[in-house]
Amino acid sequence: MTRNGLLIDYEFCTGCHSCEVACKQERNLPVGKWGIKLTEIGPSQIAPDRWEYNFVPIPTELCDLCGERVAQGKKPACVHHCQAQVMEYGPVEELASKMVAKGKKMVLFVP
Amino acid sequence: MGKTEKKWTYEENGYTVVRSCCWSPPGCHPVGCGVRLYVKDGKLVKVEGDPEHPISQGRLCIRCLTLPEYVHHPQRVIYPMKRVGKRGENKWKRISWDEAWDIIADKTNEIKEKYGPESIVVFGGTGRQACLYYYQVAFSGLGSPNMCYTLSGWSCYGPRCGVSNFVLGAGYPEIDFAGFFPDRYDHPGWQLPECIMIWGKDPLRSNPDGLYGHAIVDMMKKGTKLIVIDPRLTWLASKAEYWLQLRPGTDEALALGMLNVIINEGLYDKEFTEKWCHGFDKLKERVQEFTPDRVAEITWVPKEKIIEAARYFAKSKPASICWGLAVDMKPTGTQTAHAILALMAVTGNLDIPGGITLSPPAVLFGVWRSKHDYLPDELWEKRLGAKEYPAVCTARATTHPDLTLDALETGKPYPIKMGWFNSTNLISPTNTAAPDKWYRALKDLEFAVVTDLFMTPTAMAFADVFLPLATFAEQNGVVITNYGLNCIFVGAMNKALQVGECKSDIEICMELGKRLMPQAWPWNTVEECFDSILGDAGLSFNELQEKVVIQMPYEYRKYEKGLLRPDKQPGFLTPTGKVELYSTIFEGWGDDPLPYYQEPPYSPYSTPELAKEYPLILTTGHRSWAFFHSEQRHIRTLREIHPDPIVEIHPETAEALGIKDGDWVYIENMFGKCKQKARLTATINPKVVHAEHGWWFPEKPADEPSLFGVWEANINLLVPHKHIGKLGWGAPFKCMICKVYKAE
Repeated sequence: MTRNGLLIDYEFCTGCHSCEVACKQERNLPVGKWGIKLTEIGPSQIAPDRWEYNFVPIPTELCDLCGERVAQGKKPACVHHCQAQVMEYGPVEELASKMVAKGKKMVLFVP
Repeated sequence: MGKTEKKWTYEENGYTVVRSCCWSPPGCHPVGCGVRLYVKDGKLVKVEGDPEHPISQGRLCIRCLTLPEYVHHPQRVIYPMKRVGKRGENKWKRISWDEAWDIIADKTNEIKEKYGPESIVVFGGTGRQACLYYYQVAFSGLGSPNMCYTLSGWSCYGPRCGVSNFVLGAGYPEIDFAGFFPDRYDHPGWQLPECIMIWGKDPLRSNPDGLYGHAIVDMMKKGTKLIVIDPRLTWLASKAEYWLQLRPGTDEALALGMLNVIINEGLYDKEFTEKWCHGFDKLKERVQEFTPDRVAEITWVPKEKIIEAARYFAKSKPASICWGLAVDMKPTGTQTAHAILALMAVTGNLDIPGGITLSPPAVLFGVWRSKHDYLPDELWEKRLGAKEYPAVCTARATTHPDLTLDALETGKPYPIKMGWFNSTNLISPTNTAAPDKWYRALKDLEFAVVTDLFMTPTAMAFADVFLPLATFAEQNGVVITNYGLNCIFVGAMNKALQVGECKSDIEICMELGKRLMPQAWPWNTVEECFDSILGDAGLSFNELQEKVVIQMPYEYRKYEKGLLRPDKQPGFLTPTGKVELYSTIFEGWGDDPLPYYQEPPYSPYSTPELAKEYPLILTTGHRSWAFFHSEQRHIRTLREIHPDPIVEIHPETAEALGIKDGDWVYIENMFGKCKQKARLTATINPKVVHAEHGWWFPEKPADEPSLFGVWEANINLLVPHKHIGKLGWGAPFKCMICKVYKAE
């Protein structure tokens, strides 16, 4: 049985919040509720001229991968609107291959 | 990815969908991201990114995603109103458009008769679509020569555009992100920049003027490396090869220091410099004063880093510079811009694939907006500041902002009696230095009109008549990137719905004109007006509407092909036909023809005595994902993401002051004081703090004296009036001094 997931390349996530708000709009979520939530790692200094500053959006229990929307042939709302184009939706096996191919700063969610 | 071409409007699942390009209101700059507007039963229900837009490709920011909340917000003003109380009292009466125009026409004619048309000033703001139209409100409507962009020193875009005009004879130079090409990064003639230097700008959040900010991330994924020059660590800086954390207000020293390294080590493009630059030898002489040692001392950037970054930039090919607001926001903003342009030029990156794109000085709306054919010459000469600051007033066709405030305060050279506040919230800390001075001075106007979408501090304080503006979803309009000063594409704003009786900027402008100066407005509809402007490029609004986006043809190395000058000769549209590293125009105006460094007007070095009481350097105005300047403070979804005004302060500094993360603190200097919430972060120098601009609070009392709490977090109270450059450009919004202490 194939499961679908979200692959996120957090090397290039810029923390633009578009996934959060696109999801809220799609699901009509009120203030205080999130279908996906942006987390911020850093900014912290790890060497004289090196900083860690990353964002990772994490799906919550409210995420159903935009089932109804996807059934209409569309991408999940977060994937569609991501300004850095770091999100990809699809079968877990395919996403895992892409994850391996890129090699770093990738996270695969199966919400 | 397969392309399913959709019409500009279609039906889907019970919605009428309209494809359009964004501009404003609500704000952004003319970047023109593609949207699909979903309308049902006359209501905007949903906004999505349009995947067919060649640049934004379905991507969309949170300000546009929340547009339905903005359009249908309960606080929105959707009918004309007139004030029935005193100025500053929240007492209004709904009127019809006809009644509004009657009041406006009668009052305008009375004031013109009594005091002269020059006693009327149109006040304009920044970034919004109104930037194309507020000139014509003054010149072809009210009949006044005085269009005033109120920001001290015209210090946003002004210095950069001014210098580009004088030194290059061109419009706004922008990084080449393949925006002109339908096949974008796959275009055979395009080259990936090896390096982009991001200077005083956060393009991801600000999407500035014509650059789609995330194009930089696109290019990073393809291998472009960055150098970031910023007092704060941004996400881009954290990924950069070099982050140069300079002391705010020392940018031109850094640019001159880089030129020192590049020129002395022979890393410049000798062919381009010899053939296309004027004054190289003099520039070479000037930069000898800016050794890496001296520049390190001035900027607080380590000498080794300055040298390495300069080499890295010069050796990269092609390379580009993404320059920003910090360049302008200093009295020597002109000199900073000049030095950075020199860097672009001597490294041979102007108008080459993957370098820096150039345009003729203005096209289409960029030309139309400042036409003043119907004003008599003697009236045009009366423009405030036209004699004192020709560099500003001629290049921009406006008043000088600081002299306008002086005139309001003193009545000299003539009294100002009427104000038209065109889509601007100028007493919020966005468009003015010393907003309290503007506030007091503007209270005395005999008559005032405000156009906006919401009651704002500015509308509440001054408006006698309030005219309701349409959002970009509620009008047919045109997006032109960089206001026509570097036109990457033209986009259609396609009307999706009508809300109340709101009208667009151009509709209001045209109706005003037809009332008062009908000879200037031969068109019957705004679309006809657009046709006459777009006709210069062989386009029509209908065609634009159908296509939604039309990219412009682009030719590289125009300077070799005679495409930058009206006489079709090779070279640049400058007095010498070359890039003027040594500016004959600046020389003619009595300024130094070469870039130079000046210490900020207030700093530990220029005012050491004051710095004892105000030991921290204050920089302001970083961009937010959630807001466009003073906008969107009503929008709950966006406030949830960014609830409060934040001042960033280093943890060590905070500890010494007894300040914890999340404490409300006062930021104060000899000019004023405001309150913001502290965020402790090691990404800023311990001697520097950063405070936010634009803040007011729609949830607070509307009436005076509160004016929606506009004075509470108003950082521009700390920025003084008229500390501007010799030619009139530039003001120290991002390089002041202050102290910070806990609020009780």
